[in-house]
Amino acid sequence: MPSAFTHEFNTPAFKGKVSFSTGLFINGQFLDGSDKTTIDVINPTNGKVITSVSEGTPKDVDLAVDAAHAAFDTTWGLHAPGAQRSILMSKLVAIMEKNADELAALEALDNGKTFNWARNVDVAGSIDCIRYYAGWADKVTGQVQETTEDKLTYTRHEPIGVVGQIIPWNFPLLMMAWKLGPALACGNTIVLKPSEFTPLTAIRMCHLINEAGFPPGVVNVISGYGNSVGNAISSHMRVEKVAFTGSTLVGRKIMEAAAKSNLKNVTLELGGKSPNIIFDDADIEQAVNWAAFGIFWNHGQTCCAGSRIYVQEGIYDEFLKRFTEKTRSLKVGDPFAPDTFQGPQVSEIQFNRIMSYIESGKAAGAKVEIGGERHGSEGYFIKPTIFTNVDPSMKIVQEEIFGPVGVVIKFKDEEDVIKQANDTVYGLAAAVFTQNLNRAINTAHKLKAGTAWINCVNSLHSNVPFGGFKQSGIGRELGEYALANYTAVKSVHVNLGHRM
Amino acid sequence: MASLSTRIVIRATNRELDIPTGLFINNEFVPSADSPNDLIHLVNPATEETICSVAAGSAKDIDIAVAAARNAFNTTWGKNVTGFERSKLLNKLADLIERDQDILAEVESLNNGKPFKIARDFDIGDTIQCLRYYAGWADKITGQTIEVDNKTKLAFTRHDPIGVCGQIIPWNYPINMWAWKVGPALACGCTIVMKPSELTPLTALMLSKLIAEAGFPPGVVNTIPSLGSVGGAALSAHMDVDKVAFTGSTVTGRKIMEAAAKSNLKKVSLELGGKSPQLVFESADLEQAANWACLGVLYNTGQDCTAGSRLYVQDTIYDKFVSLLVSKAKELVIGDGFDEKSGGGPLVSKTQFDKVWRYIESGRAQGAKVALGGQKRPGKGFFVDPTIFTDINANMDIVRDEIFGPVLAVGRFKTEEEGISLANDTSYGLGAGLHSNDASQCMRVSSALEAGTVWVNQYNLLNNNVPFGGKKQSGIGRELGSYALDEYTSVKAIHWNFGEKLDWPL
Repeated sequence: MPSAFTHEFNTPAFKGKVSFSTGLFINGQFLDGSDKTTIDVINPTNGKVITSVSEGTPKDVDLAVDAAHAAFDTTWGLHAPGAQRSILMSKLVAIMEKNADELAALEALDNGKTFNWARNVDVAGSIDCIRYYAGWADKVTGQVQETTEDKLTYTRHEPIGVVGQIIPWNFPLLMMAWKLGPALACGNTIVLKPSEFTPLTAIRMCHLINEAGFPPGVVNVISGYGNSVGNAISSHMRVEKVAFTGSTLVGRKIMEAAAKSNLKNVTLELGGKSPNIIFDDADIEQAVNWAAFGIFWNHGQTCCAGSRIYVQEGIYDEFLKRFTEKTRSLKVGDPFAPDTFQGPQVSEIQFNRIMSYIESGKAAGAKVEIGGERHGSEGYFIKPTIFTNVDPSMKIVQEEIFGPVGVVIKFKDEEDVIKQANDTVYGLAAAVFTQNLNRAINTAHKLKAGTAWINCVNSLHSNVPFGGFKQSGIGRELGEYALANYTAVKSVHVNLGHRM
Repeated sequence: MASLSTRIVIRATNRELDIPTGLFINNEFVPSADSPNDLIHLVNPATEETICSVAAGSAKDIDIAVAAARNAFNTTWGKNVTGFERSKLLNKLADLIERDQDILAEVESLNNGKPFKIARDFDIGDTIQCLRYYAGWADKITGQTIEVDNKTKLAFTRHDPIGVCGQIIPWNYPINMWAWKVGPALACGCTIVMKPSELTPLTALMLSKLIAEAGFPPGVVNTIPSLGSVGGAALSAHMDVDKVAFTGSTVTGRKIMEAAAKSNLKKVSLELGGKSPQLVFESADLEQAANWACLGVLYNTGQDCTAGSRLYVQDTIYDKFVSLLVSKAKELVIGDGFDEKSGGGPLVSKTQFDKVWRYIESGRAQGAKVALGGQKRPGKGFFVDPTIFTDINANMDIVRDEIFGPVLAVGRFKTEEEGISLANDTSYGLGAGLHSNDASQCMRVSSALEAGTVWVNQYNLLNNNVPFGGKKQSGIGRELGSYALDEYTSVKAIHWNFGEKLDWPL
């Protein structure tokens, strides 16, 4: 029998008790992993163990895939019309709303982000996302094409079947919603692997999914490691599509495994080193506020973080002064304290990685304007850090750090800065700050990125697509565009009179 | 002065309830501004007893309602509210209707006559799904970006809400027709002045109460019970109403379109009458075809715009099919809506009752043969039993005109071409049905039939996500599906020049 996670929250932001089984979720039930091993869940504020969850193995993935296929062939897929899928998804939304505070508390405990951000962005955004896709479920339409009068041709937008979904640790619940929403709306069944660092909200969602009344096997969740469970999913001969959000490094492995197994369709949301270009005529105060939000929000653990900040020379000094002040004002500390902006990084591994980037910046001769060191002596807290005096060849300018570390670069020429901005293998997002809207649009159109923000950063909506150019990804999430990832198009030709 | 609510008693279910009887403007029930003593009296069509009376709105009340709708559009609705918010509110409204489904069904049955179970499970069941369907569209109204010249121009469209919409709905499906209008209009961000039928305004008033309870801002939906010639006419001619949507008779539809043309060229969509044909081919499953044929003309006691009121049967199976049809039609029990045994209720009013009987008499007089029915029932209530005429010809009134009762005209044909020709010989074009097991024939015939909805081996069953509307004189525009959104959307194209400099003179 898998164990239950029982915990009493007694914090300024949230008080309450939780208790739920942390087994693998297969066919509507919570089970031990086949090897009966577990994975510890660590509290990033102090490095201590919160609880442990069942660990899945490739054998468990097999069981989950079987359950997903059975459900697809009997109670889901083409057996559950869109209107019915819509109703169940709406029920899930209502249950998530009822449990919103608890979900936010679990997210803050497990990931380290503040309760306030978790509640107002992660949980609220997840609810919005599922609600948005519930509305699509009965609106997945094909086309009828005109050919000749002795033929009827039309397309059906059918569900793909059993889809594998592998999600990261930076926005655990939100990334689950982005994946479940379109997949369920289109009628697919799912085998999902949450990050081994942050499984709690995903597992809690399984209980809510049962409560909503989804047939067993429609959603299956297998906690486990990337190189076992993740790999089993991407190379499984009976998983018909895999969707992954995480590092570019792992994204390559997944695409390779898909190619080597059954050529399953692959969508990837990978890393970024997104530029934020601030022109002389920008509203400086707004530029400062958005730039800070762009790199420091979620502790810099955001794939689209505006981590390279290019500031035109006319306002460079003033911007840097204000940006440093703003950064100084960001409070780092307990995720459950009401005025905290930034909690700890998610894990020791991430902490070490970010610190090593900071050291490399210092060693390469970049200047630390603020931060550049650990915060406190317990847990994985890092002070918000700004580097200046950098060189494009430095690691801190080229590589994704995924921490609260921004580099600020002075520029003069518009053409040149666009070139510099595009000089990266990544292409997830980009931002432009200027009051000249013509220049804004021109620049946005020239930036090679899947999302171009004008006078804002890190601003997303469930109905606007999101995804990467170049090595930042394949495919789009959110909006109507996500449906294409979970749809298999069949063309039907009905011959009415053409005789051979 | 008319009071703003009244207590009614529904004997059959032992229910007492207070019903709003005022005009609904800005989320409140108010008396008429200039004719506070004008009333509309509502009749129970099964017993001919008066149910209660409601305020009768005047042209001035329409003015006030339009002003309220315009104000809401400019401040709390239209572009001032996000699709997400509209979606939430529409879903809440659906939840409230689900909560109150029994009460609503009882009042619908009392006022319209239809059986209670059908009102609840079909009319209201479909209504809830319809509103949820459109709630799902509210945050998905997208425009396009269009490539013109990448160096100089960004061109894109915005799908703006049209604005203030006048909506005029009929008495045959009061709640369901309300939902078909309200759903897409609100999803797109429009505000509404609704004129329910003067025969059946009660449930529209109860639904207005739920609009307020759901949290829609005041003025987004306004409800003015009134006579068609007063409220309906005022809305169609109003200079500050951007669009009028009407479901009802073709005769009234023309007046509305005329008034729209003469006033401010407001946009018009119309769902009008029909004289919809069904064709039964020799390869058809006769049992099933007979069942669907019965549903087609007897559902809602024939008071359906798509009623399959003409039936043409292929020669080779004519006798067998007609005798099957008659024996099935006989099985329908027409009675009081609260009687468990009733499969259909009375006609909605004395006027309708008299009209249907005039047609039955004309059928006889013009030489058609009565294969079933044709006998008036004694006693109270506007009950008409299933009536089937055979031996028809194309010139008879019962074959040309919309009767809107449980009266079927049955003819015969020899070839597929003849069948299609008979079916299409009408100025209407709302629905059509065909029954055949020959797939190629199904394709040819469904292609050839001139109707906005063609049913193959089925009849009368609609789905909220499939569009519905008329060809020819059965209407303009489409309801249901994504197509309904076009009726409540006004497209603005934006040409944003960021790179082209103009020389002058050219």
